[in-house]
Order: sequence, then C-alpha cells, then structure tokens
Amino acid sequence: MSGAVSGAHAAASEGLPTGAARVDAARRAAGRPVHTEPAAVRIALTLVALAFLALFIGLPLVVVFVEALKRGLAAYASALANPDALAAIRLTLLVAAISVAANLLFGLVAAWAIAKFEFPGKSLLITLIDLPFSVSPVVAGLAFVLLFGAQGLFAAPLAAWDVKIIFAVPGIVLATIFVTFPFVARELIPLMQEQGTAEEEAAVSLGASGLSTFFRVTLPNVKWALLYGVLLCNARAMGEFGAVSVVSGHVRGLTNTMPLHIEILYNEYQFAASFAVASLLALLALVTLVAKTILEHRLAEEDT
Amino acid sequence: MTIEVAGVTKRFKNFTALDHVSLAIATGELVALLGPSGSGKTTLLRIIAGLEWPDAGEVRFDGQDALARSVRERNVGFVFQHYALFRHMNVFENVAFGLRVRKGADKLPEAAIRAKVEELLSLVQIDWLAERYPSQLSGGQRQRVALARALAISPKVLLLDEPFGALDAKVRKELRRWLRHLHEELPVTSVLVTHDQEEALELADRVVVMGHGRIEQVGSPAEVYDAPATAFVHDFIGETVALPGEVRAGALYHDGRPLGLAAAGVPDGPARILARPHHVDLAPPGTAPFSGRVRALRAFGPTRRADVEIADGAGTVVVEAAVPLDLAIEAGALVGLVPRAYKVFPAKA
Repeated sequence: MSGAVSGAHAAASEGLPTGAARVDAARRAAGRPVHTEPAAVRIALTLVALAFLALFIGLPLVVVFVEALKRGLAAYASALANPDALAAIRLTLLVAAISVAANLLFGLVAAWAIAKFEFPGKSLLITLIDLPFSVSPVVAGLAFVLLFGAQGLFAAPLAAWDVKIIFAVPGIVLATIFVTFPFVARELIPLMQEQGTAEEEAAVSLGASGLSTFFRVTLPNVKWALLYGVLLCNARAMGEFGAVSVVSGHVRGLTNTMPLHIEILYNEYQFAASFAVASLLALLALVTLVAKTILEHRLAEEDT
Repeated sequence: MTIEVAGVTKRFKNFTALDHVSLAIATGELVALLGPSGSGKTTLLRIIAGLEWPDAGEVRFDGQDALARSVRERNVGFVFQHYALFRHMNVFENVAFGLRVRKGADKLPEAAIRAKVEELLSLVQIDWLAERYPSQLSGGQRQRVALARALAISPKVLLLDEPFGALDAKVRKELRRWLRHLHEELPVTSVLVTHDQEEALELADRVVVMGHGRIEQVGSPAEVYDAPATAFVHDFIGETVALPGEVRAGALYHDGRPLGLAAAGVPDGPARILARPHHVDLAPPGTAPFSGRVRALRAFGPTRRADVEIADGAGTVVVEAAVPLDLAIEAGALVGLVPRAYKVFPAKA
C-alpha cells in the first residue's frame, strides 16, 4: 500500500535482477518479442480492466459531480454557503488539522524509536500501531464512548472539571487521531529501518548534538515519505465516518463533520445539497491522488 | 595522540565481544586491527570512538580518560564501513557538516568553512565532485568523501572501519597506498579495522591480530607473519600446512615414531606442527619425517599444490603441500614431506 515499500522493491530489483527480468533480458537478447500472449488477448484484458475501473470508480465520481451540479451553479453555491454546511466544513478542517499534526508528531516519534533503537516491548508496539487498521472504526468510536461518555470510566472526573468529550469536538478529534494513527508511522518505519543508524552515528562523531542530528540528518532523509504519510493521514481524517459518527452526536452546526453532514442531507432527501458537499470530499480525493503520484515519483527518485 | 586501552571487556547478551583487551598505540602510528569476523575488532574500534561503551576497562587519549567524554566530544575522525555519507547532501555539504554543526565560539564564518572544505577536497583529489550527491559517486570516490568529511574536524585520531571492504580489488590496492601516504602527511594516529591480511600487512606500522575477543599478537607485519605467537595467528595469517604430532621431552613424534625434529620449550602432549607451504619440501618417502599418498594435484598460479594423505593414528589427515613445477609427480604416488622451517604448538584438547 505504501510508496516506501514499492520503492524498496525497486531498489532490490535494481541490484539483483529478478527471475522475470532476467528472462526478459534473455528474450530481448535473442531478438524475439517479449510478450507471451497474442495481441488480441492483451487488448481484451486491458479493455476489461479499463471497463471495470470506469464502472466502479470513474462513474461514481462523475455521478457525484453531476448530481451536485444538477440544479445549476447557483444552487450548488447556496448549498455550500448554508451555515450548517459551512460549520461542517470548518469542523472537518479543524479536526483534520489537529489530528494530522498530532499523528505527524506521534508517528515520527514512534517510527524513530522503533527503527533506531532496541527496547523491550518493541514488537508489541509495532503490533499496536497496526491496531486501528484492523479494528472497525465503529468499535473504536464505541470504545471512546465507554471511556469518556456519560456512563463511562472517566465520567466522574470529567464531570467534575466540566469537560465534555463525547458529543463534542474533543471526542471527534480523539476518534480521528485513533483511526489515522498508523498512516505516518507505517510509512516511516520500513524506510528508517532500511536507512539504519550509520548516518546518525557519523553526524554525532562529527560533533552534532542529538537535536541537530535529528533535524539535519534523520528528518531530511525521510521527508518525502513523511509528506506521503501526512497526505494519506489527511485524506482519511477528512473522510472518516464510522468512528466519528459514534462519538459526534450529530448536532447540526456544532458536531457535524462533512461526511456526517452529507449523510443527514441525503436522509432528508436534499440530494443536490448532499452531493454538493460530497463533491468537495471527492475533489479532495482527486487532489490527494495527484499529490500522491508526485510524491511517489519523488520517493522513487530518492531510492535510486 | 596516544591511545591506551586497558582491560576492556564488552558483552552483547551472552556473547563476549571483547575479553580484557589491552593495547597501547603511540602518536602518529598506523595500527591495523586484523581478525576474522566476530573477533571483536570492530567493537574495539567503536569503543575507542565512543560509539560503544565497554562493560569494564579504560580508554585513555594522551593519558586522559576518554570514557568520560561522549563521541561528540572526543574529536575522533571515523570512517564508516559503508561510508554512511549523508544521502541528501552533496559532497561539499557532507564534508562541511562537521564545521557547520559547531556552536558558539567554535563557529566558523562561511568563508572559512568554504576554504577548509575546498582544501580537504583537493587533498583527497575530488574537488571536481563537490556538487555531486553520494548516489552519483563510485565506491572509491565515496571513500574519499568519507575520509575528507572525517578529516574536516581536524581529528588527532582517525578510525577506519573496513575502509576498503566495499571496493573492487584494483581500486582497493590503489587507495591503500594513497591512504598510507595521507597518514604520513597528516598529524594523526590511525587505527584501521580489516579482515584482509594483505591490507593489514602492507599498510600498518603494527598489526594487532584478534580472535574470539582477545588479542592474539601485536607486532610489526614481519613479526606476525614470520614469528606467529599462537597457532591462531599462524593459521590466520598467510597459508599454513598443519601436520599432526606429539611432543615428548622436547622432541617430536608421530604415531609413536620419532621424527627427528626438535620442539624445544613445548610442553609434552599432542601437538600441531605448523609450516608455510613453501617451507615443506618433498622428499623420497623412506627418509622423510612424514610420508603419504598424493590424492590430487592442482595448478595454482606459478606453483602446484598436492593434497597428501598422511596416516594419523587410526585415521588420516590431508595436508596441502607446494610442489615445484619441474618435479614429475602423479596422483597416487607415495611422497615424503620434510618441514624445513616450522613452529610447534600444543594441540587443543
């Protein structure tokens, strides 16, 4: 799933040609065509793949924009200018900003600790990092309700300090951080492990402090992978539905994020407005896709 | 700067990497730590650098306790095995790194950094590569960058971990001579780790032969080659023919028969007679101390080698002897072996 992993593959196959690559080279050397299948089969397979992509990915995306603009640009603009929609957009941006910043920090620290140091409990930590990927977001949301809700474990102290977490913004932020935690760490760990600690050792032997080693050597070496992780983390943070839905309480204009707002509008048969907000999320997906492609390109370049 | 290592012990879990190692290195010396992998040579180098800490023992630079100082403060130039160049910096910035991270009063103005880096790059003869990135360099060029980077902090001690390990044979030879030359030009004490005996013998003033976490012998290249102190050193450095035997009152026996060879000073008991292949002559079988049947013959550059099977108690041992090119000999022939020069070591129980 990650650019770093595919990058590592590219580096490996560069040093030692894989079996297939060697066979290809041998065929080329013999002057025979590289392809094993007849042209008709190749074209048919390509068409099937393209048709599948168009039907299941392209078409839905187009439908979102068509539905959004069905009533014209004015309706589209007014749907987005609706105070509740604006509040949902603002909340989504806020939640994404906080959780991306938090996971940038946590992910970097966790990856750094795992890749560069040996300590007891390391394999447990690696397993725990993957937990949010394997657990259903709804379960994650429920867990937070059980911890911080009105009947939850920390209900008494929270009530005493008059802090509201569930059905409020802090709960949404917590749930989003939980769900998006693995993205940055997972992106960095394999890369940092591959890079080892030799460059850091070289830096301190040349008189660099720990902090300056981190900012001059460790961080620049992973900057593209870090950006890649942040990008995926951000896309998921803005699009998260399940966990947020459980903890948000769906208070219009207060605790509704964009995905929740879209669902409410849809359930109220306000299709145009619903799709207008949905088109913003779809737009975000397209921007993410382009940025991801550019970053993957940079990552591949770094590996060579 | 003198380096003293006294009683240094280092364990990794159950593995003893260094076992009470003591070593004194004089100012301006170039010393090679030579040994097979797992002998503790790299661990010793990293302890001198401050990248690793001993469980017991002392390290002193010019009589001052070096263990009280971190690697940052030791001002030691370290050349890493795979160079560990900063991959996102070009050659110039790699070399400038040690100068740029200085703080406070030690901080140099940009012009001084520039001048120093340019001087170093021309010293290692790669000034034309300043703008390149490490990935665009050959192995030999990376090696030179690593050296220039280590020298940028004007170290009094230069430590090199398998500096030629990743290079092909031809470049390796060239760089070896060049490094020796560079060491003589600079006011540094150098310690180099290698598993390549040729490298150690050609390059170093003194060779420290290490095995199983201990120092087996310290001496000039000629000493460790011609007068190995232990069977380990004899086996490890140069080629060795090992003949079986037994010592009784200072004389050698084989299968109960006296060999007519002296073994003064070696305690009684089973022994190994170690000789260089060119010190073992072939002779008619009747008169020689050892005799056996030729199993196979091999051409080996300018010489030939014969696998000779010698009876030893109930079984046999096969030794490899050098055969002169002009000697007519065939597989299956019975030959005698006469060790002209040899050393006797007690066999391990």
